[in-house]
Amino acid sequence: MNKGLLNQFSQQAHTLLAELKKSKNATIFILAYLAIGTIWVYLSPRSLLAFLLFISSAILIYYLPLTTRFKIGLSAVMLLVLVPILGVRNIFYLEVIFQISVFAALALGLNIVVGFAGLLDLGYVAFYAVGAYLWAFFGSQQPYLLYEIPGTAPPGTPFLLPADMFYLFMFLGIILAAFTGILLGLPVLRLRGDYLAIVTLGFGEVIRVLANNLDKPLNITNGPQGITPIQRPSLPEPLLNALRAVLNPIVGHNVTEGEFYNLFFYLLALLVILVVIVVVRRLDDSKIGRAWIAIREDETAAIAMGIPLVRLKLAAFAAGASFAGVMGVLFAASRTFVSPESFSFMQSIGVLSMVILGGLGSIPGVIVGAAVVIILNLQVLQGLSLYLSQLRQSDAVIPIINFAWKNLSTQLDPAKYQRMLFGIILIVMMIYRPAGLIPAERRKRELTREEILENEELHPDGGDAPNPTGQSTSGEAKHGAA
Amino acid sequence: MRRLLNATVLIEILRPLGQIAVFVAGAGLILSALMLGMAVLLRGSTVDATTMKNYGVDLFTYTLVNLPQVLIDGVTIGFVYAAIALGYTMVYGVLEFINFAHSEIFAIGAFVGVEVLIALDNSGRLDGIPYTMAYFWLFLAVLAAMVAAGATAVAMERIAYRPLRGAPRLVPLISAIGVSFFLQDAIRLIESLTTGQFHRIIPTFGNFDQQISLASLYIVGTKIDLVMQVKSVIVIVSAIVMVVGLNYLVNATKLGKAIRSVAQDRVTANLMGINVNRIIAMTFLIGGTLGGAAGVLFALKFTRIDPFVGFFPGLKAFTAAVLGGIGNITGALLGGLVLGMLETFSGSYLSVFTMGAFGAEYKDILAFAILILVLIFRPSGLLGEQVGQKA
Repeated sequence: MNKGLLNQFSQQAHTLLAELKKSKNATIFILAYLAIGTIWVYLSPRSLLAFLLFISSAILIYYLPLTTRFKIGLSAVMLLVLVPILGVRNIFYLEVIFQISVFAALALGLNIVVGFAGLLDLGYVAFYAVGAYLWAFFGSQQPYLLYEIPGTAPPGTPFLLPADMFYLFMFLGIILAAFTGILLGLPVLRLRGDYLAIVTLGFGEVIRVLANNLDKPLNITNGPQGITPIQRPSLPEPLLNALRAVLNPIVGHNVTEGEFYNLFFYLLALLVILVVIVVVRRLDDSKIGRAWIAIREDETAAIAMGIPLVRLKLAAFAAGASFAGVMGVLFAASRTFVSPESFSFMQSIGVLSMVILGGLGSIPGVIVGAAVVIILNLQVLQGLSLYLSQLRQSDAVIPIINFAWKNLSTQLDPAKYQRMLFGIILIVMMIYRPAGLIPAERRKRELTREEILENEELHPDGGDAPNPTGQSTSGEAKHGAA
Repeated sequence: MRRLLNATVLIEILRPLGQIAVFVAGAGLILSALMLGMAVLLRGSTVDATTMKNYGVDLFTYTLVNLPQVLIDGVTIGFVYAAIALGYTMVYGVLEFINFAHSEIFAIGAFVGVEVLIALDNSGRLDGIPYTMAYFWLFLAVLAAMVAAGATAVAMERIAYRPLRGAPRLVPLISAIGVSFFLQDAIRLIESLTTGQFHRIIPTFGNFDQQISLASLYIVGTKIDLVMQVKSVIVIVSAIVMVVGLNYLVNATKLGKAIRSVAQDRVTANLMGINVNRIIAMTFLIGGTLGGAAGVLFALKFTRIDPFVGFFPGLKAFTAAVLGGIGNITGALLGGLVLGMLETFSGSYLSVFTMGAFGAEYKDILAFAILILVLIFRPSGLLGEQVGQKA
């Protein structure tokens, strides 16, 4: 026992030393990488390659052997200084990064439900809609239009609440969404996994149909037209001027209020993600988190171990829903507009494909999944569309089959084929890598520990920490996701 | 000839016919009684007064006068749902797996059938043809749809489901959702590349749109003509043929025996010399061909299709299968009929009974409400027996 502890201690010291030795090179490397990425994006704001290089440095920061403090510091610099500067310089990137952060937060929430507790929720966007419509209703003129026909708002209708109530409603959004989650969960959580999936899907559709049709008898949601304008929290003018003094010379143009709002909501989304990550990490190693994993792995065994099944499932549902709720409030304010179209089944599947792509139960995986899907969606597919339309206008022909690009159907527009993208992601990941791109830490830990033990048997002095990836795929394929 | 008159064979053909009659009559009677009862209860209320004002008759008369036509429409839609639900129920019965992509199999069937008919129409073969030829071409279109849908279903099973057999049950479900999304866009891509648009309308030919007058009733002094379109009759007859045929196949043939044994215990069936993979592929083939045929029937009834046409009918058919008891062929039929009727009832009466506050647009979510209620109170469905969870 004592010897084992000593062994472990010495091994840890060894690996730490090795890391430190390597980390000097790694530090220089990552700094150079980030600098090149930043400068390149700064100089050519339209280049997709530059953006990918810049964004990928986040993954490198995570993976390189650096000290935790350095990693956090560097990420903070990147997210709080570099991204805002580059984002304001090319507002499209800020939009991409904002979308990434919104969907990363959503995916992290869904990850609690699907990844930890193993409950497949196909109507996750419903909770997002609940949050969005909460602030959309109270943060707009809608409460005064209850008896009006949609689209006939009399001019000069006042707002019910001051704009800064937004912050309060972020908390109310959490509460309302969690409450909705419990309300839905109570009757359906007794169901077996696949039935639960269909029922949640149905619930998502119910919310969408309600949003579409609750313009009568009382005009609550304004029907398919959606609610607009929705208030945004006020940004103090002196602060903006002070920031302008710093930012204007760097980005090379006068920063408008709209751009500041984009920045503001991006930072708010980051804050939510930070909270989500902290909560999820704490949950992961807590009694509740372990109970969730027990439920996911084997429900019957979990009951036998005395885990209160329904209560814990409800907790997972409520926790996941609450994150969607707060993001919904944020979304409504950032867009100043909500309509039922934003909460379709496809959005739910989009979030699900982010979770599946990244890795069920894995925090970094889910964030990477969200980033990859959003970039594919907003950049690669749209870039392809743009490229094809350019080809169509040119006189180019495909050499061998002698096909003129001009004759290519205008219907071939990759940007509209998100469903295909999501579908392919889901199928391919389920067949080849059900644990995701970055498998959950817990699984990795389990696998590594086993291999360390094996290694210790083979070489009693303890070898280098083995790389588990080679063998993990087959093992994970068997244990599977969810 | 002797084999055909074999007692079991006859029973397996006659029994579902009897069940259909009982289900249609039973569901129709119960729902009608419910509606009329509600109308009586609400006599003298504001609802009654509003109806009087809007339609000139009291609520009870309004309900009664509309009832026969609502029932006929409900039965037609019910049979469409039942035909789709057969595919879900087949696959679920054997694999305990919700084939989420069945709705796209259905959509593929609809598209292939409609494209065949459009091609025939463009070549002028559908102009002024005698009715027998019209039925022949329709039959051909259904056949083409069945082949295409069946082939897709088998390919889908081979590529996306078979590698995942034995994985936790959510894994193939997620894969099925992926297949469903992929196929939706694949249909859209192919259609828009070949025809430049992805909304298709079935050509009008033959006598499918004619109205048959069934009877004239005199209820409380008003004359009501009961009418039914020829295509509704085609839908109902084909769906009945499908149900009876499938029932016969599963319960009275050797293949059916193999399918049932695989459904009961895959390992033991394998030991008994049944090629499990082949039987599962056969199940998908059967479910797929039925789905394809249902797709053409749907297109015939509702005329307009798009690549996402399968989603709602698919969900409702799934609800129907669960309502009737998933894995149970007659259950799918009963579930489809009940759901179809409930839907038409709510479509025609909800607006009147709520004084216009909630209209027919809520009938889509009615199916989900029913699904949730069934799953809470009777998860095994109306006809399903209590079964434990398969390991």
